[in-house]
Amino acid sequence: MSDCPRIFALGQWLRSVLVVAPSIALATTAFPAEPIKIGAYGSLTGKEATWGQSYERGVRLGLEDVNAAGGVLGRPLQILFEDNQSKPGESATAVRKLLSRDKVVAVLGEVSSGRSLEAAAICQQAKVPMISSGSAPKLTQVGTYIFRAHFIDPFQGTVMAQFARTKLNARRVALLTEATNAYSVGLAKFFAAEFTSGGGTIIVEQKYSSAERDFKAQLTAIKATRADALFVPGYYTEAGLIVAQARQLGLEVPILGGDGWSAPELLRLGGPALRNTYYCDNFSTESKLPETQRFISHFRARYAGFPDGVAADAYDTVLMLADAITRAGGPDPQKIRDALATTRNLAGVGGPLTINEQRDQLKPAYILGFKDGDYHLNEIIRP
Amino acid sequence: MTEFLQQLLNGLSLGAIYALIALGYTMVYGVLRFINFAHSDVFMVGAFIGYYLGKVIPENTVWGGIVILAGAMIGCALLGMLIERLVYRPLRGSPTLNVLITAIGVSLLLEYTGQLVFGAAPRTFPAIFPSTNFHVGELTLSSNQLFVIGVAVVLMVVLQFIVFRTKIGTAMRAVSLNPNAAQLVGVNINVVIAFTFALGSALAGAGGILYALNYPSIDPLMGVMPGLKAFVAAILGGIGNIPGAALGGLLLGTVETFIGGSQWSTYKDAIAFAILIIILLFRPAGLLGKFTVEKV
Repeated sequence: MSDCPRIFALGQWLRSVLVVAPSIALATTAFPAEPIKIGAYGSLTGKEATWGQSYERGVRLGLEDVNAAGGVLGRPLQILFEDNQSKPGESATAVRKLLSRDKVVAVLGEVSSGRSLEAAAICQQAKVPMISSGSAPKLTQVGTYIFRAHFIDPFQGTVMAQFARTKLNARRVALLTEATNAYSVGLAKFFAAEFTSGGGTIIVEQKYSSAERDFKAQLTAIKATRADALFVPGYYTEAGLIVAQARQLGLEVPILGGDGWSAPELLRLGGPALRNTYYCDNFSTESKLPETQRFISHFRARYAGFPDGVAADAYDTVLMLADAITRAGGPDPQKIRDALATTRNLAGVGGPLTINEQRDQLKPAYILGFKDGDYHLNEIIRP
Repeated sequence: MTEFLQQLLNGLSLGAIYALIALGYTMVYGVLRFINFAHSDVFMVGAFIGYYLGKVIPENTVWGGIVILAGAMIGCALLGMLIERLVYRPLRGSPTLNVLITAIGVSLLLEYTGQLVFGAAPRTFPAIFPSTNFHVGELTLSSNQLFVIGVAVVLMVVLQFIVFRTKIGTAMRAVSLNPNAAQLVGVNINVVIAFTFALGSALAGAGGILYALNYPSIDPLMGVMPGLKAFVAAILGGIGNIPGAALGGLLLGTVETFIGGSQWSTYKDAIAFAILIIILLFRPAGLLGKFTVEKV
């Protein structure tokens, strides 16, 4: 059994010599070129399944568009998608399998920062580039092979704090954070830092833990403080219930959130209670950018319905990778890494994609507000 | 003061759901002397029956809501009887530990069959009843909260009536007191035990609907935490004692809510369980339970 991978690897090497080398020259002929294997993982099932499924749709659409345009260096991209069931610990297993058995040249995933962190350490050790859509700053600090297709929490925390102060005229804001979620705690911290340095006050910080359903106790306490606004830097599953319960208790102040709110499920959970709520995303279907509109029409032709921010991010991730492989001149993980690090002003679906020295993404933020049954674009903030 | 009253109301509506689930634990324990751990998953199935019925019955109507509630209760009653017939009846008379382990097995079977059939992703429960908010001064009462408390009270009164005023209730109490003697005087234990399971599971089904109505995100593992809390509530009130289960549920819900609204909100489960330990130290049989010395 132990010889199998070696024989397989040898076979692959022979094939790459015999098949791929001529196929680069004859890309347009009928010879099928050896595909470049890309690994991806995400929460296709479980608590945040909406994100994983949306992510997969975005990745697959990006792949189809790249392959329809002739692939990368004449070779098609092939995606191997693994499910981590929204569970801690599963991402590490999935990525180990992608790296050791499938020998992928790059790894894509995922939306949650916590689960991305598990995979990041493994990719860094294997020296295979990974592009995540998580927003926690420490993600890219894992090492030089970890990149990001999403903006970071300090940026969106700052954007939302400025929005609360200047556009909503809030002076006293309450926070409701998920105590067991690094993303939520981090985003609350960046929001609070910017808001207080601008002269505002954080009047109270209440906490909840994951999978909790009843937030009335915390919300009643928040209502008693007479805050002007409430910031809920959590995930959509809880945010939808929080907003609905807040309105049930008669708490009518504006409620703000981060990109964790970005999911169509939020509209079903919150319904009309979402009035006077705002959140920050990396994408809006109402953007007039030609790239955005082209992406939307491709997406709608391929799937039913409109894309969300997660699908847009996933699509951008594939674009970044295809561009990097092209500039690297081949599917070598080391060279792909170097090319990814020099991504500048690549036309992404929500605006230009640029990787900075920290391997973080400088994407614009879209502030969306709820009106007439759906979220609409309020303003675009560039970094 | 407003905040206090509002928290009290929040706590009572949460506690009412705990109480409904706790009643099922306590009734089965009262009659059979074992903890039916699958009960919290019957609660989950109740919510899913409501979810699927909600797709065919129009939303936001009182009659539609009542049909869904009744449908979930009947469905869960049948499920409870099925579990009793297939799993617990063959084990009757075997050591308590065997039955207890089997109950945990049934619970896991329901949870993971649920993941297979319904999928692991949370679903949004439809608004099956029309809902509005009432304002009394600064106090906000939502119709859903009042409805939960109201339905829970009605069901508990009905249960009390069945157990103490009807023939089958008398038979249940007889089986609880001494199954062999009950059989000797002509009580059909199989029927009584099946009825007990049906009744307890119907209450769990109602609890599932009421829970989903207030917290409209349901998934196959949704029963685990409320089930654990209700179990604690049943012990707190004195297991085997029906008013005790109701009292335990309301007490636990209220304590949890008051701590949840304070600065120690992240410790609320720890504090609620610490209170349980303290109460059991002073009253080992629970608040309303009678302490009996086991005869050797």
